[in-house]
Amino acid sequence: MTNLEKYDQLFIKDLRVKKEDLEDLKYRGISTWDSMGHMDLVTDLEEVFDIHFNTADVMNFSSYEKGKEIMKKYGVMI
Amino acid sequence: MLLFEKEKIYGDRILAVDDKDRKVTYDQLDSFSGELYSKVGGKKLIFILCENTIESMFGYLGCLKTGIVPLMLESRIHPSLLNSLIREYHPAFLYVPETCIEKAEASEVIWQFGSYCLCRRNEKLLPALYSELSLLLTTSGSTGSPKLVRQSSGNIDANGKSIASYLEIDANERPITTLPMNYTYGLSIINSHVLMGCTLLITKYGVLEPAFWDFARKNRASSIAGVPYTYQILKRIGFMKMDLPDLKSMTQAGGKLPSSLHKEFALYAKRTNRKFIVMYGQTEATARMGYLPADKSLEKCGSMGIAIPGGRFWLEDEQGNEVIEPDIPGELVYQGKNVTLGYACCKDDLIKQDEWRGVLHTGDIASRDSEGYYFITGRKKRFIKVSGSRVNLDEVERLLKEQYEGIDFACVGTDDNLTIYTDCSSPDAGKDILDYLYRVTGIGRAAAVRYRNKIPKNESGKTLYQELETTADNRMECK
Repeated sequence: MTNLEKYDQLFIKDLRVKKEDLEDLKYRGISTWDSMGHMDLVTDLEEVFDIHFNTADVMNFSSYEKGKEIMKKYGVMI
Repeated sequence: MLLFEKEKIYGDRILAVDDKDRKVTYDQLDSFSGELYSKVGGKKLIFILCENTIESMFGYLGCLKTGIVPLMLESRIHPSLLNSLIREYHPAFLYVPETCIEKAEASEVIWQFGSYCLCRRNEKLLPALYSELSLLLTTSGSTGSPKLVRQSSGNIDANGKSIASYLEIDANERPITTLPMNYTYGLSIINSHVLMGCTLLITKYGVLEPAFWDFARKNRASSIAGVPYTYQILKRIGFMKMDLPDLKSMTQAGGKLPSSLHKEFALYAKRTNRKFIVMYGQTEATARMGYLPADKSLEKCGSMGIAIPGGRFWLEDEQGNEVIEPDIPGELVYQGKNVTLGYACCKDDLIKQDEWRGVLHTGDIASRDSEGYYFITGRKKRFIKVSGSRVNLDEVERLLKEQYEGIDFACVGTDDNLTIYTDCSSPDAGKDILDYLYRVTGIGRAAAVRYRNKIPKNESGKTLYQELETTADNRMECK
């Protein structure tokens, strides 16, 4: 699986969304991406990519696209 | 109500400021209330779909002040659950955010106040309301259970006054909203601070958004409140290293905080010269029954404390006798003026008077140490908490059985960990059930489904939950 596929899979699993909805996804834009969904997603991303987000990035991870930029900071090219 | 007695004195003081920098005064609440009452036209039942906005808070306070009886519901409530509550209770009005106006079916917008609409329903069978009834809250909101708690103005006044006293709230306090207004803990913060003429900071942002912290800093938030889950998040986002110069206190309720987290925040508070106050309560007691004084938060870590001013705790054994000796578990019983009137399960119950007469059997099992501090050790009733809110396990079963005819279910669990047993062996059943549950109730993350070829029952057909509990501990495959 590519990094993009892994990244997408975690969104699909943790936020219960379909692949075609990913692009415009924003924090609190849908009911499943609430604080609990967010923490699940962050924890899973850390586990799967073996990284540890700093506290600011946990909060700045505000959309599907923004998340890609943040992942880059941790050496994960999506 | 005592809550509004000083409103005239507070006058042009700021009652609330929101994240769009809008400000409202105590005087404005007064004129809003008058207008709301004239539109509603008397003591009637109204459903409020809550958000953390000034409009929502005004709706709530305006009702309390004028005797209109609101049922507080989350604005995200699933339409089918809302409609079943409407069918059961026949409210005269709905007060809803414009953004969820489609949920107000078969009604007419008669007044718009900011982002909220007052909608009149064409309802001929209005419920009769007990004169002292002031407020209705759900017991297990997410499952759409029709069971409500009936609170009186006396309950709300007594609890607000007690909370303001033990938290030493004065007019300089500036609490920030972190909890919804359909949740008793969220309301208790509003009540106790409005009583003292404070300014509330109202925001729809949550602690995971930088905008929340910008708002908190800019408006000098002095206190923050959270359920156990909030404190887990606060820890993860580096709250303890944040620069929050005006923050003086943190309160916690809505379930037992893990002792390790309790200790970490108690240490943080001590280090930074702040107060951390662990509290205990239930909707059935308006909100608050117990608190652990801040100066005991380290010494009595893991305890939920002592009874609030004006209240009394004791323990009862299974025969109903008082447990006198320390360190012996028993059911926690509370007595105080904030014990609510009782439950309502249908429209006709809204005329009922005070059924509980100041005494509440909490359903929680606790023990008391030799110095009088209480520790919750278990629970008698069949419910768990999911992110601080109560979820009745029998209600979840009922929902699932209604949706999936002919399939058997049994739910067990601990806080933030619901296990659903089913006798349906289809490979997609787990995902399907969780999707349905999530869609309707918002519960899903904390839930898991397990297959059993037969749900264990006794001879009279009652589910043997204990047999299931022993195997439910491990997190499972179709989560």
